Amino acid sequence: MKNYQVDTNGYYGEYGGAYIPEMLYPNVNQLQYTYLNIIQSEKFKKEFEDLLKNYVGRPTPLYYAKRLSAYYKTNIYLKREDLCHTGAHKINNALGQILLAKNLNKKRIIAETGAGQHGVATATACALMGMECDIFMGAKDIQRQAPNVERMKMMGARVVPVHSGSKTLKDATNEAIRDWINNPSNTHYIIGSVVGPHPYPDMVARFQSVISAEVKKQLDTNPDYIIACIGGGSNAMGIFYHYLNDAVKLIGVEAAGHGTETNMSAATLALGTKGVLHAAFSKVMQTKDGQVIEPHSISAGLDYPGIGPQHAFLEDEGRVMYDSVTDKEALIAAKLLSKTEGIIPALESAHALAYLEKLAFKDSDNIVINLSGRGDKDLETYTKFDQNEY
Amino acid sequence: MNIKSLFETKAEKLLNIYITAGFPKLNSLEQIIPALSNAGTDIIEIGIPYSDPISDGPTIQMSNAQAINNGITLEAIFNQLEKIEVNTPLVLMGYFNSILQFGIKEFCKQCKNVGVSGLIIPDLPIDVYLKKYQSTFVENELSNIFLITPETSEERIQFIDRHSSSFIFAVSSSSTTGNSKNIEDSQEYLQGLKEMNLNTSILVGFNIRNRSNYEFVSQYASGAIIGSAFIKHINNSQDIIDDVSNFVKNIK
Ligand SMILES: Cc1ncc(COP(=O)(O)O)c(C=O)c1O
Repeated sequence: MKNYQVDTNGYYGEYGGAYIPEMLYPNVNQLQYTYLNIIQSEKFKKEFEDLLKNYVGRPTPLYYAKRLSAYYKTNIYLKREDLCHTGAHKINNALGQILLAKNLNKKRIIAETGAGQHGVATATACALMGMECDIFMGAKDIQRQAPNVERMKMMGARVVPVHSGSKTLKDATNEAIRDWINNPSNTHYIIGSVVGPHPYPDMVARFQSVISAEVKKQLDTNPDYIIACIGGGSNAMGIFYHYLNDAVKLIGVEAAGHGTETNMSAATLALGTKGVLHAAFSKVMQTKDGQVIEPHSISAGLDYPGIGPQHAFLEDEGRVMYDSVTDKEALIAAKLLSKTEGIIPALESAHALAYLEKLAFKDSDNIVINLSGRGDKDLETYTKFDQNEY
Repeated sequence: MNIKSLFETKAEKLLNIYITAGFPKLNSLEQIIPALSNAGTDIIEIGIPYSDPISDGPTIQMSNAQAINNGITLEAIFNQLEKIEVNTPLVLMGYFNSILQFGIKEFCKQCKNVGVSGLIIPDLPIDVYLKKYQSTFVENELSNIFLITPETSEERIQFIDRHSSSFIFAVSSSSTTGNSKNIEDSQEYLQGLKEMNLNTSILVGFNIRNRSNYEFVSQYASGAIIGSAFIKHINNSQDIIDDVSNFVKNIK
């Protein structure tokens, strides 16, 4: 069995590591040394599983999408992460990390957010646990994901607007890291995806792996394909996790924005080169001088110039196939799912759905798509698209 | 002068000034470095502008963004430095990704070529440095300068001390650069550091803005590093050479 998981030094092949300034060393080092013991303890597992079941509403259904399957003449199953409490897979990780933070006696939580789903999930976890919560969000994202901002505030979180750089997810992450540097002892940083310094990519993947653990139980035989969208890569890692050593074709779909041939894209594996972003060595969209490029995607949750180091590794190993779809293709796919199944997907998840247009499948194939989130937050964008404003 | 030689001859009340390359104008280093040197700055630390400087506060972020906008590149920095002749030791400070993209070997060669003798790379962890890059640094007579903070354990400080060759950069409080914390609040920490009697000299940085801050930390360490306060002082300067001299003369 090939090992696709992190090694003892925090690397996936050459990718990963912890390229942190000394100011973060005590916190990150503490996580590195304690996370496995904590999350593998019986007490932790019991608490986490209880929350996933009774609070999040897991297991989420694996729904056979009959009309969509008929449309594409194949068999399509949707893993309904959109039905999680708060409307996306992000809550799985937020709850796992907040339990960890409690174990480490932290009093305050910070997080970055793009689409606002991770911010909402973190604000929710903080309300549940009675912890102080600051969410960093790019000023541009605050505008395009306004409903989520209100949700976070209602649950008592502070939403800190970030005005630097592209005013999106990358800059929100920078600002969260800076806050952690300034508040080293009482604060835990709940990173929202499989990015950041070791042990975050592995820790977040473990918390999200519940998705594929459930799919394994829900299907009698392995599917032919599993498809997920990729921002940082956490919903994809979650649904790939228990299938890495099985004969299943795994496909990660990045956001091409206006197209990978334009300079308005967020398809990191397609356009990036090796480098360090947010303290991990992975693929990064950057100039030849190493300045990080401001990405573009209509989907705030995918508008990120980096990608989790494990995905960079899985691509090099040839284990996962990565491709991308454009803003427009995602919008069309969102409309199609809404009309055929009565499910409005998040713009992020719509990228995974859009890949059905590109996939050469057989009638008999079974395809699982990770429907990572619901689309309420994107209604304004969808409405504009309907009125041909996009 | 090589940074190591400086600490062999003098290790007290040293003033290290940080300037972002390419700021406020693309070619400003050509004026700022000689002016700093003439005014009596002991060490000049040149920042390589980066799009995502995670250890830096708003002032240095602003200078980085402006410098990138001005068109600065690492290649341009080396070209500028090649033309500048000063005796003051030069240190380059930059994030690891900038150096990685340039190529570590080529970067070190260029440093030596233009007379840089010290490097500060805050996000290059010491274990990665020791394993992968130390020999290249040593070959090019580059002293790698590590950071310590009030949160750094004594054991780790001893470890860093053993691997340091010019000075250790002690961050005065757990913060990003340009914070407005009170330097006097760091007294206990600085006193503790002094009592450790490390082999390597210590310079204190972050939260140092003026002469009294500089005098204060010099009681406990070999001197001070000033960054954000200097950047603010020369931002929008009408007469950069004059303003640089005034700044240094107001400190020491
Ligand atoms: C619904 C949804 N799906 C996917 C993503 C992308 O993140 P990741 O790639 O970590 O799953 C986000 C991020 O905000 C999201 O909200």
